Amino acid sequence: METIVFYIFSAFVVLSALMVITVHNPVRAAFFLVLTFFASAAVWLLLEAEFLAVILIIVYVGAVMVLFLFVVMMLDINLAELKKGFVKNLPIAIAVALAMFATIYFVVGGEQFGISNFASPERHGADYSNISELGILLYTEYVFSFEIAAVILLVGIVAAISLTLRRRPNTRHQKIEDQVAVKSEDRLRVIKLESQERK
Amino acid sequence: MLTLTHFLVLSAILFSISMAGIFINRKNVIILLMCVELMLLAVNTNFIAFSYYLGDTAGQVFVFFILTVAAAEAAIGLAILVVLFRNKRTINVEDLDTLKG
Repeated sequence: METIVFYIFSAFVVLSALMVITVHNPVRAAFFLVLTFFASAAVWLLLEAEFLAVILIIVYVGAVMVLFLFVVMMLDINLAELKKGFVKNLPIAIAVALAMFATIYFVVGGEQFGISNFASPERHGADYSNISELGILLYTEYVFSFEIAAVILLVGIVAAISLTLRRRPNTRHQKIEDQVAVKSEDRLRVIKLESQERK
Repeated sequence: MLTLTHFLVLSAILFSISMAGIFINRKNVIILLMCVELMLLAVNTNFIAFSYYLGDTAGQVFVFFILTVAAAEAAIGLAILVVLFRNKRTINVEDLDTLKG
């Protein structure tokens, strides 16, 4: 049963990954990448990594892929120009991918990672909580790395905003600092006028 | 019966596909970024598979950090892409030869 589920979702992962790299439209590529992430989340659930599977969907599908879609739709790109060389590079791409896969398969495909050396662990019961186990590890042993991760996210925010912020010199906008610093003498000038006789 | 080899081969296939994607989409920076995300996904699957079969949750903590860094990387990469497009009106990798590298 588990094996069937694994093969179904693996087929989804592989086919949608193939679609990501071959479709012409970047928007479609982004949607197929979303499908890849969903199917991988299902594979991760088979490995009892429930928290990470949910995080993959929330963070990747919910945030990163939406960001990708925003950028793809914001840019006005010439697709025909970008697709040149697709056919020319196809043979070398297939060759490199096959070589890569053969190399990795040579290491992982044999019996050294098979059932005799790595027996399937017992499935945990319904009272097992992946989140609490991960949380205990994260907030004790890896708490320093956790804080570093927070700083990395902060750096990411600052970098992304400061890169894309632009000031246009000739737009009219409020100057808050001038408005705050203004004094009543600057606004109202009392001048003395001599009274004059009506002519 | 599911073994560790199943998951390792799956992530090897995923990694090879994204490798091929980098070769055939050499001009489109957006697809290149997506291929990098696919590669990270393959690596994360490896980490989680080993974590499960070795009974060690530390592998999942690693995946957690990889996801964090990858999210920051995607945000900064896309910001650079937007600035690039604003300045040069293109995202073709071959037009980005200002450094003459």
